[in-house]
Amino acid sequence: MSVQQASVSTGVGNRPRVEPLLKRKPQTYWTMAIASLRNDRLTLTAIVVVTVMGVMALFAPLIAHAVVGIGPNDTNPNNAFAPPYIIPYVKWQLGMDPTTAAMMLGKADGIPHWLGTDQLGRDQFVRLLYGGRVSLGIAFAAATISLVVGVMVGAVAGYFGGWVDDLIMWFINTVVSVPTIYLLIIVSAIFKPSPNTLILFLGLLGWFGTARFMRGNVFKVRQLDYTLSARSIGATSGRIIMQHILPNTIPVIIVITAIDVGALILTESVLSFLGLGVQQPTATWGSMLSRTQEYFFLIDPATGRNRALHLMISPGVLIWIAVLCFYLIGDGLRDALDPTLKNKK
Amino acid sequence: MIRYIIRRLLQAIPTLLGISVLSFVLAYAAPGDPVTFMTFDPNIDAATRELMKRQLGLDQPPPLQYLSWFAGISLRQGDQVAEFTNDKTSCSYWSRVDLTFCDRGDGVIRGQLGTSIQTKQPVWDRLVERMPATLELGLASLVMALAAGIPLGVLSAVYRGSIFDNFTRFLTVIGQAVPNFWLGIMLIYFFAVVLGILPTGGRQTASLTGETDLLDRLRHLILPAAVLASGQLAVFVRLMRTEVLEVIHTDYIRTAHAKGLAGSTIWFGHALRNALIPMMTVLGPAVFGLLSGAVVTESIFAWPGMGRLTLAAVFQLDYPMVLGSVMFFSVLVIIGNLFSDVLYAVVDPRVRLS
Repeated sequence: MSVQQASVSTGVGNRPRVEPLLKRKPQTYWTMAIASLRNDRLTLTAIVVVTVMGVMALFAPLIAHAVVGIGPNDTNPNNAFAPPYIIPYVKWQLGMDPTTAAMMLGKADGIPHWLGTDQLGRDQFVRLLYGGRVSLGIAFAAATISLVVGVMVGAVAGYFGGWVDDLIMWFINTVVSVPTIYLLIIVSAIFKPSPNTLILFLGLLGWFGTARFMRGNVFKVRQLDYTLSARSIGATSGRIIMQHILPNTIPVIIVITAIDVGALILTESVLSFLGLGVQQPTATWGSMLSRTQEYFFLIDPATGRNRALHLMISPGVLIWIAVLCFYLIGDGLRDALDPTLKNKK
Repeated sequence: MIRYIIRRLLQAIPTLLGISVLSFVLAYAAPGDPVTFMTFDPNIDAATRELMKRQLGLDQPPPLQYLSWFAGISLRQGDQVAEFTNDKTSCSYWSRVDLTFCDRGDGVIRGQLGTSIQTKQPVWDRLVERMPATLELGLASLVMALAAGIPLGVLSAVYRGSIFDNFTRFLTVIGQAVPNFWLGIMLIYFFAVVLGILPTGGRQTASLTGETDLLDRLRHLILPAAVLASGQLAVFVRLMRTEVLEVIHTDYIRTAHAKGLAGSTIWFGHALRNALIPMMTVLGPAVFGLLSGAVVTESIFAWPGMGRLTLAAVFQLDYPMVLGSVMFFSVLVIIGNLFSDVLYAVVDPRVRLS
């Protein structure tokens, strides 16, 4: 088939303008990136896992209502440390053991605790859902703050240079000399944070790396010819930063943010584990682990097994998977978004 | 070289000043003050409380409080020599400006890092008392991470693209993502509770005679050091792999091959030597990582180190102790970075310090 005439528009002077319809869509930077991402199964899997986690966290109340029927803070003292219901349920459905599942259901007033219950008889599955909401939400929001602050400060430092740059870099170098976790511990201990204030602390103490990177990149781009030409036709500093310098750094910024979200999930979980993050009874994945060390020797006399093993394992595994996925996504995006890597493979 | 070191040390002064102001502002912004927590006793009336505040200098404006904490000196209006002079503080009255000048003899820059509210000891003494434990843990984990990271990185580069390489890379990514504290809990549960072959925590088994058994100490050290090492391991493996891959394509490796040298001689004798040089640069950040990791690892394993001491001080709202520790850790980080830069230049003659 030959090239068709796609659109014929009559312009001024009755001269028809012809645009050929190409068989193949033009390749832009972003379509190329998506195409290379499509072949990267590991990154795609990670994206799917993170999306599923995000959706489950977002619709936590609906899912909890539909699957279990109780809230995250509903206690049942008669049914503390119940083991996960899912294993007896499967055995029951397979016709292997019809009694255990029914007994567990009876003890739990008919509520199926798929992943068991904690020391107050609260449903572990529901708490994980709601905890994911807080943990992922905090990480995303804090990453957004640190992204915005980091990019702005970095761009300003790199673009203006001189004493502005000196001052900003002195500040950054000062703060990064203190192990961040100690600063976070101090502010958390002092302010007893709610999720919102914790977002603020994590965001405001996490932008230094982004700013440093941004500054370096701006330094590089500032000396390129197209920045000079933009300036020569009278573009303002703000316009040069927004139109010419920022787009140039977006790929790396995206990568940094993905990895940042992972790191922030870790940091939040550490703080909550130490009892300094979001306060009880709000569930986060980290705070659900904060009492695990008391459960080591909680042996069920009947079976000789630990009664709280499910409480120790599930939040940790979720944190692990979430962080791993964000790291993998960061790595995958780095490969997909860097056109110079294409030839190296 | 010496000039470079001196210049870096001079540059550290404004940084440390900044840290002291920053951490002081953080503590000053805290709602409530230490006196409120010291005087939960309802029998203490408001007047006594005010007097205690006055004695601690908490009624002063923030800049003067900072001066008092940082330098151990305080200024007050009027002649107040009689009220503030005691066995630790010497005061004098300057009549011309109508000010009382008191020197407490402690303060951050006087080498004592302030005085702990809880124990009334200098912060420095309390930190130094706990330092060997943290050093022991840090060194052990560094040795572990290097001993595992270097061979894994080299082999991973040599057998690039093989199953081993992919497996190692997969393992490092997984290892970087695992929450350290949870890994610690799981290791304690498995090795100490289920198998019962290692202790659950502490630095040694308590004994009445005060004797220490080296084997016992080592058994206590294994788990916390492994947890602390797991964070560093991934960094070392990655760096080692990249460096060896770079070295592999150089001419002298080809020459070594052409001479007919054995593979292991080339990899570990020629390639590793040069690939190791950039490892010096990660030693500085390693200090940072170990100090950061120490607070969590030490609290899980009940390890009597500086991280756990600081965490306890945070919970007791012992601000001078916390601020002093933060200053101390910052100094360690700065020294660690300087040390690693200097070492890099010493080992690699191509690197010039400027």
